Amino acid sequence: MPTDPSVLWEEPVPGCSIWSHVFKRGTAVRLTDTLGGANVSVLFYNADNFVERYNMPDTLKCQHTAHLTTGHCLYSDMGRVLASITHDSVGWHDPLAGFSNRASVLAQFGEGPYQTLRNGWHTNAYYYFAVELAKYGMNERDFTASVNLFSKVVVEEGGGFRYVPDHSPAGSTVELRSDMNTLMIFCTCPHPMAPGGEWDPKPVNLAIKRVALPAADDACRLSRPENGRGFTLTERYFL
Amino acid sequence: MSLVESQLAPEQAIYRQRVLAGDGWIYEVKQGQTFRIVDLEGNQAADTLFFNAREYSDRYSAVDTIREQGNLYLTTGSALKTIRGHTLMTIVADTCGRHDTVGGACSMESNMVRYAIEKRSMHACRQTFVRLALEWGEGLEKRDITHNVNFFMNVPVTPEGKLTFEDGVSAPGKYVEMRAEMDTLVLLSNCPQLNNPCNAYNPTPVEVLIWDV
Repeated sequence: MPTDPSVLWEEPVPGCSIWSHVFKRGTAVRLTDTLGGANVSVLFYNADNFVERYNMPDTLKCQHTAHLTTGHCLYSDMGRVLASITHDSVGWHDPLAGFSNRASVLAQFGEGPYQTLRNGWHTNAYYYFAVELAKYGMNERDFTASVNLFSKVVVEEGGGFRYVPDHSPAGSTVELRSDMNTLMIFCTCPHPMAPGGEWDPKPVNLAIKRVALPAADDACRLSRPENGRGFTLTERYFL
Repeated sequence: MSLVESQLAPEQAIYRQRVLAGDGWIYEVKQGQTFRIVDLEGNQAADTLFFNAREYSDRYSAVDTIREQGNLYLTTGSALKTIRGHTLMTIVADTCGRHDTVGGACSMESNMVRYAIEKRSMHACRQTFVRLALEWGEGLEKRDITHNVNFFMNVPVTPEGKLTFEDGVSAPGKYVEMRAEMDTLVLLSNCPQLNNPCNAYNPTPVEVLIWDV
């Protein structure tokens, strides 16, 4: 595979694991669903002021969307763009269904203790996020809605939720540009609405890149007038 | 949408309070009590947060609530879940039929994005939430203000993944009523939004009532 000169480093993340990094403004991360069927639940915080964090309702209502794909911005509760989706081969990432917890994993996959399964044990996003947040001085009070990359939940007429299996084929990619100094916490545990059965959480590959700041004709900036204002407010924050 | 009326009489409530638009209300509802919010003049958003009164970190979670019930909208039968999976309240009567929990609350900052940067100085729900959290004390602060319920608001999502704010399905006198399954701290902002046609640009009072049954 040709090496992209903008790539700073690459790193594989196994299924049902946790990974976090403060992505400086002007970097991006491309996630690849290596085998297909991955789920990556992501939490976002302003690393310069953790009390500013991703806000799912603000993100959805200002872009009149209930799914996320190329051109969408991920807003903080302060009206700024923490990250934006600059590339997406999948077309739909789930912002609504939240992340897995001990009860959901138990119901889907049963018990799976470390004693017998070693690092193939059945863990969950609640546990991983709580511990990872503690490394930054936060805790479960700081939980927000997650963005569930590579997963799709359709809201039917009448409001019913329908999880779409096999949504993300092998090799699917999505790229998140960090528009602030954004702490992103990635958890590769299965989606809480996945059918369950055999425990086989899927890995992803991360490529961390240096990228240009959004130009005047940036697709995310221009995708809606709201996003134009969101980028203006974000740029003012760095003045 | 199925509508369910309550058998409880307002005259027998142990507590009644009008909450004006732009104001808020914070109160501990005890396990077993019944709590009602009345949309007095119609299509008014009652932005509401819930906390386990014994441990505020165990608080209402919009995403866990809608995933566990497998449906985006709240109505009779909906269990309001915490991040740890506890049920704080169960909706037991609803004459409106549909309530939103993914539209969030307005803030000065989101108003700048949604409407115009010049809107910064307008009053917003988040101001009320944070003010009342700080006045309540007990360590409640801005980080505890998470994704709320918007009682009486209609925020439909389509199978294609579009989200819209539609005119309300509420009307004068419609109400939603819930039973406290645990001691629950309720934090309500009666939405002051003046930029959104969903309340006809006219925020109006709501009434909260509590029964000891």
